[in-house]
Amino acid sequence: MLAADGATGLVVDRVCKRFGTRTACDDLTLRVDRGEVFGFVGGNGAGKTTAMRIVLGVLPADSGRVTWAGEPITPARRARFGYLPEERGLYPRMRVLDHLVYLAELHGLPVDDAHRAAEYWIARLGLRPHREQEVQRLSLGNQQRVQLAAALVHGPELLVLDEPFSGLDPTAVDVLAGVLRDQAARGVPVLFSSHQLDLVERLCDRVGIIRAGRVVATGTVGELRAGSGTTLVVDAPGAAAGWADRLPGVRVLAVAGSRTTLRLAEGADDQPVLAAALATGPVREFRRDRPGLAELYRDVLGRTDPATPGGGVGAASGAGTGAGTGAGRVASAAGASGATSAGGAASPGGGTRWPGAHQDIGWPANGSSEPIDAGYRNGPPGVPGQGAGGPGERGGFGDGVGRSG
Amino acid sequence: MARAVWVIARREVRTRLRARSFLVGTAVSVVVLVAFVLVQTSLFARHTDTRVGLSGQATAVAEPLRDEARSRGLAVSTSTVRDPAEGAAQVADGDLDALVTGAPGTLRVLVRDSVDENLRGALNTLVQKEVLRGLLATLDDGASPDDLLATMSDATVDVHALAAPDPTGDQRLVVALVLVVLLYMSLLLHGTMVAQGVVEEKSSRVVEILLAAVRPWQLLLGKVVGLGLVGLAQLAVIGAAGLVLAATAGALTIPAAAAGTLLWGLFWYVLGYLFYAAVFAAAGSLVSRQEETQAVLLPVTSVLVLTFVLAFGLLTRSPTGTGTAVLSLLPPFAPILMPARLALGTAPAWQVLLAAALLLAAVAALAWLGGRVYTGAILRTDGRVRVRDALRAGSRPS
Repeated sequence: MLAADGATGLVVDRVCKRFGTRTACDDLTLRVDRGEVFGFVGGNGAGKTTAMRIVLGVLPADSGRVTWAGEPITPARRARFGYLPEERGLYPRMRVLDHLVYLAELHGLPVDDAHRAAEYWIARLGLRPHREQEVQRLSLGNQQRVQLAAALVHGPELLVLDEPFSGLDPTAVDVLAGVLRDQAARGVPVLFSSHQLDLVERLCDRVGIIRAGRVVATGTVGELRAGSGTTLVVDAPGAAAGWADRLPGVRVLAVAGSRTTLRLAEGADDQPVLAAALATGPVREFRRDRPGLAELYRDVLGRTDPATPGGGVGAASGAGTGAGTGAGRVASAAGASGATSAGGAASPGGGTRWPGAHQDIGWPANGSSEPIDAGYRNGPPGVPGQGAGGPGERGGFGDGVGRSG
Repeated sequence: MARAVWVIARREVRTRLRARSFLVGTAVSVVVLVAFVLVQTSLFARHTDTRVGLSGQATAVAEPLRDEARSRGLAVSTSTVRDPAEGAAQVADGDLDALVTGAPGTLRVLVRDSVDENLRGALNTLVQKEVLRGLLATLDDGASPDDLLATMSDATVDVHALAAPDPTGDQRLVVALVLVVLLYMSLLLHGTMVAQGVVEEKSSRVVEILLAAVRPWQLLLGKVVGLGLVGLAQLAVIGAAGLVLAATAGALTIPAAAAGTLLWGLFWYVLGYLFYAAVFAAAGSLVSRQEETQAVLLPVTSVLVLTFVLAFGLLTRSPTGTGTAVLSLLPPFAPILMPARLALGTAPAWQVLLAAALLLAAVAALAWLGGRVYTGAILRTDGRVRVRDALRAGSRPS
């Protein structure tokens, strides 16, 4: 599928993996080039961990292939990868230094090199006071550092890190961010997953957003941002609720006190919004913002709801045309959510979702036709009651959309 | 490939040797073993008293026999036997150690296989005293002292044995039983260690980074080899130390035969360990938590315990019986029963070869099967894995 050249590192090509009736990876395709930091984001159960385990050969894929530099990965090649699994694990009773030396040797380093590398990473990750201690005596944060050292100690050709930043203190986060950039500078492709989207945005050359076992968007943050419009923050204390609802090309993202966050469709003019705001009274703040990865993420996930086959955008647009009153729509959606909670399990990879992520369903991030649905606008993002819907809410919401459409 | 296996095996060896419990356990085993040999040898070789039945005129020597034996450091209890035939039966059954009949000057002693040297000496003295007494009574001037002495020293007790003497039989049995205990404990201990090691890697989740570096068979083989080497070394040390100490203490008079037995034991230990380790590893890979280990190991340990109990019972009751011979050929029992039979010297060469061949075939089959179960189950941390599922998953190429 992709021609291999000098920069080609890891390629995951149409990999599928099912666990019983659950699909963890569904034609998952991604590419991490040499010297590139690739951020892998997606909800819990979206298939990130399964994809990483398949890359490491810990789990066999049902179909599809994984290649390195254009060639299938042999066990000997795989031993030169570095891996931080989602479920951390070390020998509890082994001493830190011994453990790292052991793992380095297991990955094929000669014993002297293994010792040198272990000492280097112990120092680099701030573990020197603990090098002779048993792993089980360390704090969880320090165990996490040892685990990171374990992924790095053999000077890997590829780094695959599952949530490397979780459980680290801010200092360690900075150290690790530096380490990852260093590794990329050495030419090592770095693939890591994280829920800390600001960190991903800051650190990654490219980002892949995974949803129900598929990579639904991939590219630099700038590329993802293209076509996603602009965020407007308007503080109009005198405005009545719903003042911006009927403005063309505008969608309300959040209302906090008198401050309203709006999304302006790509190419839409912000001046009518300002005029509308001024018409309600004084305007204290009117600010343009580029959407961050967190917002892009919600956009992307919103428009590819797995419970609406045939394309999330189309289904959502249909929902918009058939929408009743705003209040009624919200109730209907909420009711459907509750009724289909059990059915939510049928949604591939149905785990807990990002609270509020579904609020953006129906927004045409690619600038498609007018999708605005009063119901959605009346459901402000981040309202706790909506976010707490749990595993079933995504499937439920999709179901609600389908029925109204 | 091979280096990874060695790195893994080396870690197992180091981890074991570094554990204080291992060193203490080995030392305690040596002490227990020596104590066992001392107690058993004295228990089997001689009873607290040597029981001597006296019949007919021989009843007259009861008192002097006890005194004479005591002066030689042998405790003798005497009893009167009315019917010599009945006495002979008691000797055959082992209820009596010796039956003494005849006139005091011409004593005859009947034993099962051999007579205790102290008892023989005591009886000889009695006979010679009696003969001397007779000679002194009929002493005439023409008799030379040399003739007297010659006549006297010719007078000895007449010894009859029911069976060919085998002075080492009791000790051989003790050595065989010691070997059974050692093999059983070592197989159980190190088999369990293999299972616990597998479960530890699963429960601590370290297996995931290990399997990102090596293949499942390398990990399993390294663990089995490492723990096997530790077990072999421990068995050799305990056996050798026990042998030397027991021989030094005088409890063991057949050190060469015992050393041969120990070497045979080590050979059979290797085969038996490989046989059981494959099963223990497969069983361990089915569970994800240490608490579940005992339950899943129960069927395997039961077989080992059964083997041990059977071996002990059969060896003490019918060491040459057909049942013993048949069981010693079958793989689960062979690693413990066959070396014990070798120690007793009751195993023909063809049976040894057959048992070894059967066991090797079983080892190969179990290694294949156990490896498949292990490969299929090792990364499943979602509770207890069924053997069938593990086999299916393990047969897929990955």
